[in-house]
Amino acid sequence: MKNAEKGWEPKILAFLCNWCSYAGADLAGISRIQYPPNIRVVRVPCSGRVDPYYIIKALQHGWDGVLVSGCHPGDCHYISGNLVARRRFAVLKDLLEYIGIEPGRVNFSWVSAAEGEKFANVVTDVVKGVKALGPAKRLVKR
Amino acid sequence: MENIEKAIREVAEKLLSEKKVNLIIGYERGTLPLRTTPCFVDKVEDIQKLVWNASCDVNLSKYVVDRKEKVGVIAKGCDARLIAVCAIENQFPRENVIIIGVPCLGVIDRKKIEAELGDKEVLEATVEDEKIKVKGEGFELVLPKNDFLCDSCLTCKHRNPPIYDVFVGEKVPEITEVNEFAEVSSLEAKSAEERWEHFREELSKCIRCYACRNVCPLCYCKICFVDQTMPMWFGKTNDLSDTMIYHIVRAFHVAGRCTDCGACSRACPMDINLRELMKKIEKIMKERYDYEAGINLEEIPPLGGFKMEDSQEFIK
Repeated sequence: MKNAEKGWEPKILAFLCNWCSYAGADLAGISRIQYPPNIRVVRVPCSGRVDPYYIIKALQHGWDGVLVSGCHPGDCHYISGNLVARRRFAVLKDLLEYIGIEPGRVNFSWVSAAEGEKFANVVTDVVKGVKALGPAKRLVKR
Repeated sequence: MENIEKAIREVAEKLLSEKKVNLIIGYERGTLPLRTTPCFVDKVEDIQKLVWNASCDVNLSKYVVDRKEKVGVIAKGCDARLIAVCAIENQFPRENVIIIGVPCLGVIDRKKIEAELGDKEVLEATVEDEKIKVKGEGFELVLPKNDFLCDSCLTCKHRNPPIYDVFVGEKVPEITEVNEFAEVSSLEAKSAEERWEHFREELSKCIRCYACRNVCPLCYCKICFVDQTMPMWFGKTNDLSDTMIYHIVRAFHVAGRCTDCGACSRACPMDINLRELMKKIEKIMKERYDYEAGINLEEIPPLGGFKMEDSQEFIK
């Protein structure tokens, strides 16, 4: 177990909105900005498309961290999808932390299509936070 | 109490005989001491069945959802607020329901009485103002009512229904000096580790009987997410992960809607303190969006809308 944890790399599920964050990740790629390869991307039409179930289910399936990223407030392709999502995420995050899920497991960010650098920074940040927490154990279904 | 009971019967009789409603939903004496059961009165001659006392704990708003005919329903503060929430969510046309608002001084928690008496069985009980007289084989006790009220009643901030069509009796003073979130705050002060241990222990008692869901007036979904199989979101086992997720998601679903009527805690056969979760949700809504459920019929519920300036300190 010790050895397995030594070489352990976290797996992080990232929900990126098609219009901003996904393009931001793309920009990071074509600009050759380096960031840790721990994320697996799911492209969603809008951060408002991300049902809280997705996040909880990801935790249940043993993902070490979740990142949801969308357009900055006011920039949503669908006008207000991210604003509705923001309230939902706020409640979900508060609730999960209250239950005892570590604060670094579930992350949210706003990254625009022009912010390749910011995307790389966010991912680096999230990976660093999750690495400090270690493998996910709470809520994971064995 | 007796005056209110009389007044309820008068109002009910008036509503029925004037054909303003087809049905009155209230309480009638139960078959066991300290129990009442929901009572559906559609004939004037049955009006005398209606009772009102401190053991009227069932949340009658559950019976209003999905009803097509015009009904009059007896509602305490928490019940009236839940009727309002369901009306906001278009579960029935507001004009179809006549809320008979009743001031409430708290309902008795039978589990607390059972815990006090141990093996002794109550065979007869009467409630007078501040005292509960219980009788059984070889004992007769007088218990102070205030020590045996439901936890949610002890911190209730809306003992008078904020929304009603007919008000029965006189308004009672509201409790102001109690911190309704004291329990939640003391949990929040603990570390994530301790909270996890606490909830793990508390929720591992759950046997997934769904009594909390079935008794909740807000759980009116035709197919609940835990019953759904296509797609099957979460497992139906009593694996700790599945159980905890059921409770987390249920708490999330009642966000901005729950009024802490305490029905779920009372219904729980395993004595899980579900209020710890429900109260937290209420606190989040109050702190983040300054919203209390079921007070205002015009206000959009927090998760149904947004504001440009909503808090987003948690977003990177």
